[in-house]
Amino acid sequence: MALRELNSLERFLGLKKANKYSTQGGKKVPVLQNNNGPALTGLVTIACHLVKEAKRPELLGDDAEQRAVVQQWLEHRITKLDNCSKEEVKVILKDLNRYLEDKVYLAGNVFTLADILMYYGIHHIIVELAIQEKECYLNVSRWFDHIQHYPGIRHHLPPVVVLRNRVYPSGHH
Amino acid sequence: MIASDRFCLLLSVYTACRSDFRSIIADGEMKLFIGEGNPHCLKVLAALELSGVRCETQLVKHEEKVVPYLTHPVLPILQLPSGQHLFSPNSICQYLFDISGQKATDATNQWLEWEATNLQPAVLQSLQLVALQGKRVEAAAVMKEPLSWLEQSLSKRKASFLTDEVVSVADVVLWAALYPLLSDSAFEPGDLQAVRGWFERVCSVSACQSAALRVLQGKGAEALKSFLQKQPVTHTPRRDSPSNSTEAEDSERELSPEEIEEAAQVYSEGLKDFTVVTERKHPVLPQEGKRNVLITSALPYVNNVPHLGNIIGCVLSADVFARYGRLRGWNLLYICGTDEYGTATENKAREEGLTPQQICDKYHCIHASIYQWFQIDFDFFGRTTTQHQTEIAQDIFWRLHERGFLLEDTVEQLRCEGCQRFLADRFVEGECPHCRYPEARGDQCDKCGRLINAVELKNPQCKVCKETPVIRSSKHLFLNLPKLEQDLEQWLQTSTAAGDWTTNARHITRSWLRDGLKPRCITRDLKWGTPVPHPDYKEKVFYVWFDAPIGYLSITANYTDQWERWWKNPQQVELYNFMAKDNVPFHSVVFPCSLLGAQDNYTLVNNLIATEYLNYEDTKFSKSRGVGVFGDMAKDTGIPSDVWRFYLLYLRPEGQDSAFSWTDMALKNNSELLNNLGNFINRAGMFVSKFFDGCVPEMLLNDDDKRLIAQVCWELKQYIQLLDKVRIRDALKCILNMSRHGNQYIQLNEPWKKIKGGAEDRCRAGTVTGVSVNVACLLAAVLEPFMPTVSLSIRSQLQAPESSSRAMLSGPGAFICTLPAGHRIGTVSPLFQKLENEQIEALRKRFGGLQTPSNSSVAVESKPNAGAAQHTPASVTADPERAKQLTALVAEQGEKVRALKAQKAEKSAIGVEVAKLLDLKNQLCLAEGKTPEPPAQKTKKK
Repeated sequence: MALRELNSLERFLGLKKANKYSTQGGKKVPVLQNNNGPALTGLVTIACHLVKEAKRPELLGDDAEQRAVVQQWLEHRITKLDNCSKEEVKVILKDLNRYLEDKVYLAGNVFTLADILMYYGIHHIIVELAIQEKECYLNVSRWFDHIQHYPGIRHHLPPVVVLRNRVYPSGHH
Repeated sequence: MIASDRFCLLLSVYTACRSDFRSIIADGEMKLFIGEGNPHCLKVLAALELSGVRCETQLVKHEEKVVPYLTHPVLPILQLPSGQHLFSPNSICQYLFDISGQKATDATNQWLEWEATNLQPAVLQSLQLVALQGKRVEAAAVMKEPLSWLEQSLSKRKASFLTDEVVSVADVVLWAALYPLLSDSAFEPGDLQAVRGWFERVCSVSACQSAALRVLQGKGAEALKSFLQKQPVTHTPRRDSPSNSTEAEDSERELSPEEIEEAAQVYSEGLKDFTVVTERKHPVLPQEGKRNVLITSALPYVNNVPHLGNIIGCVLSADVFARYGRLRGWNLLYICGTDEYGTATENKAREEGLTPQQICDKYHCIHASIYQWFQIDFDFFGRTTTQHQTEIAQDIFWRLHERGFLLEDTVEQLRCEGCQRFLADRFVEGECPHCRYPEARGDQCDKCGRLINAVELKNPQCKVCKETPVIRSSKHLFLNLPKLEQDLEQWLQTSTAAGDWTTNARHITRSWLRDGLKPRCITRDLKWGTPVPHPDYKEKVFYVWFDAPIGYLSITANYTDQWERWWKNPQQVELYNFMAKDNVPFHSVVFPCSLLGAQDNYTLVNNLIATEYLNYEDTKFSKSRGVGVFGDMAKDTGIPSDVWRFYLLYLRPEGQDSAFSWTDMALKNNSELLNNLGNFINRAGMFVSKFFDGCVPEMLLNDDDKRLIAQVCWELKQYIQLLDKVRIRDALKCILNMSRHGNQYIQLNEPWKKIKGGAEDRCRAGTVTGVSVNVACLLAAVLEPFMPTVSLSIRSQLQAPESSSRAMLSGPGAFICTLPAGHRIGTVSPLFQKLENEQIEALRKRFGGLQTPSNSSVAVESKPNAGAAQHTPASVTADPERAKQLTALVAEQGEKVRALKAQKAEKSAIGVEVAKLLDLKNQLCLAEGKTPEPPAQKTKKK
């Protein structure tokens, strides 16, 4: 899974020569075999490395604050989102929904690596949501739809239909 | 290099970056929020001091919420100058190092990632073992793997620290994670030379020392106790919780003590002698002193098989309301029937080589059987091609004629010379004269919704042969709507003020009147229709929009010869019309004008209930494209009629369009029906049979029980208020809330445990079981309008008294103990089945349509002037039973062919068997409702 994600990222970044990957341990942590240096382990580490390799540092954030926010969501992806239980999913979606209330992207107004990896990581959850649930997490759905239509991102993942008009009335009767 | 050198270096970095800080701090204050005895604060405090960044720190309680968007409070938090929050300790450290000039590298990233994903979970578990359970050996075992990995990595390197000769963010983060464990002398992780050496080196950094002192206060892991207690225990494997709490987030309503007492009082009084249900006796006729309710649902056009949108829009909605009304004890008549006259029927007949009457007979049966499967409980389901229709329509016509409400005019009509006939509005298409929409129909523009005279269309085209039709004139009669407008407005004012009209119905009606009414033609040059009795118009029939609504009257006349007691009795009768929104103007403006003009004391609509459209999986239902589920296919899905009813009603397009979705249907079935409703009713019944020998136990109500009774009672009252206003979908939510309350109540009181306890506990188990099974009995009552079969089976499982439902649903509603102590229940069995993913996927594929979506649309049929003839080929009717048999046969035949080939049998012999196999496969395709592959393929070589 993580490897397909990294392949998609490489294609998005326009990296020509294909990197060699392997995985480590039961959790299949990706490992990047590197010719000019030690191997790199871990999805976020490799992703950040690829971004630098592609000379797209802005994807990691333009200033220290943005960089920290990007790192934070990258960490969130691998520590909270991956392997979370059904109950946790709800909290994650709810929190993310509130967070995205006033933001276009995870780092505010600019598209970053955090959007890419969070999108890859949350896809399997969004796919499973019913229309009504997608409406509950309106901001997440909006962000998700935005990212999946961002040129060159989706690659290995099927598109998810997100309705643009609300079908269910909001909440209380 | 030793640690103290590092400080000089840092200091210089600090000075160099100083100007940067000033500008940042000028924007807003940076602030660090920390918690007492929180191990995550260790790294952050160390990083803060080490980086030299100036920042106010504030100690807050564990449960204090610093970040507004996070559900669970988290610490530490760094509030950035911009006001944003960092809630990840590692990102905070990284940030502090970043602004002091140490950028992240691949190496630091890798260590931080490893710490977050591998080390941290182990540390947390280990700390819990040490601080909460004193199990240091087990704690050491948990740490073995990550520590030996660290040992390996460190011993391979020659540098003093993880990434370099100086302390980096990686060292601080890892050190802080390990500090509470490794600084505990009683914790023995084994021989870790390299780790120990590195650990000591980081420890000697004074920033680390002071951070450690601040967080642990010299007490070691003990200091973290209260923090660790609040963390979820980490060693249990994560599993998905079986409890269902989807959408349970409706805010709890506060109940006053008086309300609770009153509800408990009513409950305990039990079922008093309530008048026994009287059997419905046909014909149902209005009765003095009763609420007499007449319900109609829009007459479906005969030659279209109705789809789910039609069903929810008209007959099903009306059925729920009718069933509800009967339960409430209203004297109620529900009638419907097929609308059979018109060009579309004529055309269809030509297509199928039958007479129009034969077509109507055939499709009338199809409709009737679909509605029967959906358990639509009409008092009478009739049709419009009857003698009564002719008589009543002609009577109304003459009365309008005599009173001068008809106008005569010559009409220019489109005639297609190619097809040798006048073109009905539906058979001509062209550009809308108002909005220039290129595909406007002859009667109405789908885009702007305005009514059109076919001759006004620009560039008209015959839809059948694509030729341009010519304009011919012909004499016709018109209903003089402008002359009736005043009467209409007067009546509308009272009806809409007193009755329940849905918002869309009011809106559509208002916009019609605002545009001003024009005379409307009521005659047509056709054969298949109610003949116009006027001698000057012998060859003509009534236009369907004039004729069809009269069907309500004539169908009632076919039901009872005393039909006028319903239809000419506005004093006693309350009329409800159910329809989809496209039918509103015919029921609110045009038909009332006919009846008002006839001046015969007709019953006019009091309550007009119109739905919006139901879409199919983000697109429209389309017969021609094979998209969507049509009435006759629903039963082939293997999903019970009640589940279909439930889901359609759950998404009834009230207020706005909604969409049918297979996944959503499975989800609602599995979560709401199976896990919520079915689970509760089944548990309540099972407890009675298992623990109390099938007899309802004594109930001694305490405050918890009374609260539940009051909650359920409140939902019941809501349910009644909503259904009285025909808010069907919302009422369904009340039912689900009742069983949700019930589930929580059982979960909280655990009767299955208490039954094994002492006398007091057993008594408690009895009360909880008794109250629960009574809630189940109430559920059977409120479910009846929605899911009649399920309701009936609950009632028979519980052996519910005959009068219980009506007793609880009378007046404002009362939750009564209808199954008193000692009542014997029947055999309890599960009510619902899970819908599996594969099953749903297969159905989605089957009904997903064959072509790519286009604009052709059959949203909800527009009745008068309804549909161009479209139908599915008769062969494509799926048959799951047959498919199963065929699958087996195909497998068997496949074996045979393989065996022959293996034996190198003669080619001709193999050929015969292969041909059989292909034939079976084709049959299987048909049985699965798919189109078989063209057989031509087999001659080509691979």
